[in-house]
Amino acid sequence: MTTSFAAQVNSIMAALILLTAFGLLVQRRILGLLHLFAWQGLFLCLSTAIVGYVTGVHHLFISSILTLTLKVIVLPYILYALIEKLHIKKEIETLVNIPATMLIGIALVIFSYHLTAPITQLSTLVTRSTLAVALATVMLGLLMMVTRRHAVTQIIGFLALENGLFFAATSATYGMPMVVELGVALDILIAAFIFGIFFFHINTTFDSLDVEQMAKLKEED
Amino acid sequence: MAPFDIAIVSVFLMASPVILAPCCAKSRGLTIYLSFAVTAAASLAAVAAGILAVHYGTNTSAIVQMGLPDLPFHLRLDPLAGFFLCVIGLLSLFVSIYSIGYVKGFSPSRPIVRFVVFYALFIVGMLLVVLADDAFFFLVAWELMAASSYFLVMYEDEKAENRRSAYLYLVIAHVGAIAILLSFGVMAGLANGFESFQGYTFDSMRATTYPVGWATAAFLLSFFGFAAKAGVIPLHVWLPEAHPVAPSNISALMSGVMLKTSIYGIVRITFDFLKFFPWWWGGIVLVLGLISAVLGVLYALMQHDLKRLLAYHSVENIGIILIGLGLSMIFTSFQFPVLAALALIAALYHTLNHAMFKGLLFMGAGAVLHATHERNMEEMGGLIHRMPWTSVFFLVGCVSIAALPPFNGFVSEWLTFQAFLLSPALQRPILNLLIPLGAALLALTGALAAACFVKAFGVTFLGHWRGHQSIQRVHEVGWHMRTGMMLAAVTCFALGIFPTIVINWMDVLPERLVGGRIAASAGAYGWMWLTPYARERASYSGFNVFIGIMLVVFVVWLLLHARKKAVHRVPIWDCGFEKINARMQYTATSFSMPIRRIFGFFFHIREESQAVEPIRHPAYPEKLQYRLRVRDRFWNWLYKPIGEGAFFIARKIGNLQQGRIQVYLIYSLVTIIVLLVFLG
Repeated sequence: MTTSFAAQVNSIMAALILLTAFGLLVQRRILGLLHLFAWQGLFLCLSTAIVGYVTGVHHLFISSILTLTLKVIVLPYILYALIEKLHIKKEIETLVNIPATMLIGIALVIFSYHLTAPITQLSTLVTRSTLAVALATVMLGLLMMVTRRHAVTQIIGFLALENGLFFAATSATYGMPMVVELGVALDILIAAFIFGIFFFHINTTFDSLDVEQMAKLKEED
Repeated sequence: MAPFDIAIVSVFLMASPVILAPCCAKSRGLTIYLSFAVTAAASLAAVAAGILAVHYGTNTSAIVQMGLPDLPFHLRLDPLAGFFLCVIGLLSLFVSIYSIGYVKGFSPSRPIVRFVVFYALFIVGMLLVVLADDAFFFLVAWELMAASSYFLVMYEDEKAENRRSAYLYLVIAHVGAIAILLSFGVMAGLANGFESFQGYTFDSMRATTYPVGWATAAFLLSFFGFAAKAGVIPLHVWLPEAHPVAPSNISALMSGVMLKTSIYGIVRITFDFLKFFPWWWGGIVLVLGLISAVLGVLYALMQHDLKRLLAYHSVENIGIILIGLGLSMIFTSFQFPVLAALALIAALYHTLNHAMFKGLLFMGAGAVLHATHERNMEEMGGLIHRMPWTSVFFLVGCVSIAALPPFNGFVSEWLTFQAFLLSPALQRPILNLLIPLGAALLALTGALAAACFVKAFGVTFLGHWRGHQSIQRVHEVGWHMRTGMMLAAVTCFALGIFPTIVINWMDVLPERLVGGRIAASAGAYGWMWLTPYARERASYSGFNVFIGIMLVVFVVWLLLHARKKAVHRVPIWDCGFEKINARMQYTATSFSMPIRRIFGFFFHIREESQAVEPIRHPAYPEKLQYRLRVRDRFWNWLYKPIGEGAFFIARKIGNLQQGRIQVYLIYSLVTIIVLLVFLG
């Protein structure tokens, strides 16, 4: 596999990741979101593996395997179990309507390309063209957290944001040092457990997982 | 032993009740006697250290390896510190003796260990403030003093009023402390660059020459901070709130010496660190001093709460001290070292005097409170028959604070007047206008203070008992309290009779600080005559005045008693009424009424009288209800707008907090984008 071919494949992966990020923005059903998130993880894992293979940075394989286990299998499974347990399968409404969210998302992607243009020109890495996509994924994840009102979707948004960060690390510097990546992976796992506990508490307190309910906690003046 | 060692011993001894009192908490009597005996001994040591330090002009310093790593505490005893050590020690000696009796009078259910502990820490804080020789240690001591006095003001914390007053005190003290901290920051930064911390010692601040702009910033910040502690108008609002609610021995210490630590701070920073300053700094100090003096005494006149009245008088006296300091600063900047020395001596002498007579007056007020359980003067009267000793000591305090010879208040105010009158034509027209005006206002202050204390003494001790309870249960206080007051009264008298000796003793202060001295001319005609400048210009002999007064008293006594006829008391002439009763007396409110009319615009007065109509006819009301509320305008003018503005802004900012997660996330998103746009 030549470097330029790898770059092409990597770009396709980046495109797919961006696509799934938009998919996450527009998907209304919670199980669909979960599937999309798993797909995004898979693309990320493939992209990391390709970069690792082409550049010879072998610890990226370990990252790739970690991504596969955690983000494609473990986390979706945990969330799936949670959804089953709490019986939340119904459609979820967004705060901003979906076309508007899409437009904002597109604006954010353009903004990311604009922002990373000078870096892309300076960089010599194979992955340089994907940095903009990585940044856009981070922004879209944040946007998803802003526009959704259900706690589980917010967590998925957060995890998508983390995917974007991971992708940015791979595309900007061929991945973070091994120790850091292991740490981050562990953090994600622990975060998932904590979220689970929070969901449970929010659900028992407010009898719903709608975070709008938490506005009641604000003190009145 | 060197003075410095005595001072250190004094600090340790003063701190020992912190450990001693909890150890013997089982026995209430033992705790009181032991703790206050120890603090009295420690105060005595502080006085000795102070007197010796000023006398020998010592300049000892030491480094204590405590505090933060690489930032050790520095201590230093120089004549200025020694002088204030002496002031603090002298009053806390008297108050400690007085406290034995006063604290025993607390109700048995009140825990006293914490009182004793904070009392000791409070004095330790004050001693360390003057001994500190670096900004860090100074602020630690300053906060120790502020925090422990806060707990002492809060001592009777079951009343909401006390908690509110103590909180107000704490807030203003801390606003001031922040300003002081910033001022030290400016000076330390200029002394040794903003990168290293080594400029925090006072030595390096002393050795630096500051650019005028930064020096002004440092001066204004520190002056603001110290003025907040000293209660200079308009930062005085905490004084009349906190002093009445604190236990009286604490009021005596707070008003008598704690306020003086800020005078120390101003002198230290202005004359010792900044050294060269433009004349208008002095102008600011002088003007604020004049405002505080005049308004302080006017507000005092309107009070009928004895301790609140005294608290306003502290504002007035701090004003008088600042007048002296301001003049000294003006003369220093125009290069008149001798006049600057005279004004500085006047200010510092008044500092010492005010500590003595205000301490005495608060102790007297405490004795009255102790005996009558009453702070309102309208409910007192005729106490001279029940409490002869207290009334004599209180009278000494009144005469001293009203600046009447032969007591000490007269000497220092007279010296301040001399500084005004001797001032030559200066090159600034505004000063030539301000200085005579200042002298006139100071004279007005003195006259009003005299009126105020005629009222305070007359309404409280003379006439007939107005209270609702029986006067029979009012008794003279115990000998501890009387001893404390007596010692303070004797000191007031001695400071008024022997000013030459005192000035000779403290002459080293102006010599070090402003480069001039006056002892040679002040004592040129022996200890009896005080001639601050030259005999032709002005001279005063407290001793001769005293002898003269004694002669007059003796002659009058002879005229009364030499006729071999016993003096007998008859009922007072009742002007045709059948029976004169206690309600027909002059009251505190009626006494101050003319002044309230003249200076009405300074006060926020709400006065209403209402005829309570009887059954018979509206033209013949049986009862008149009269309500009068006099408040100081500053609260509504200055503090209320600030408070309301703060709440308004807080509410507006509070709108940011919607309680919805999405909104908070939008804040993050927008922040990220904005940062990327502008910094990316």
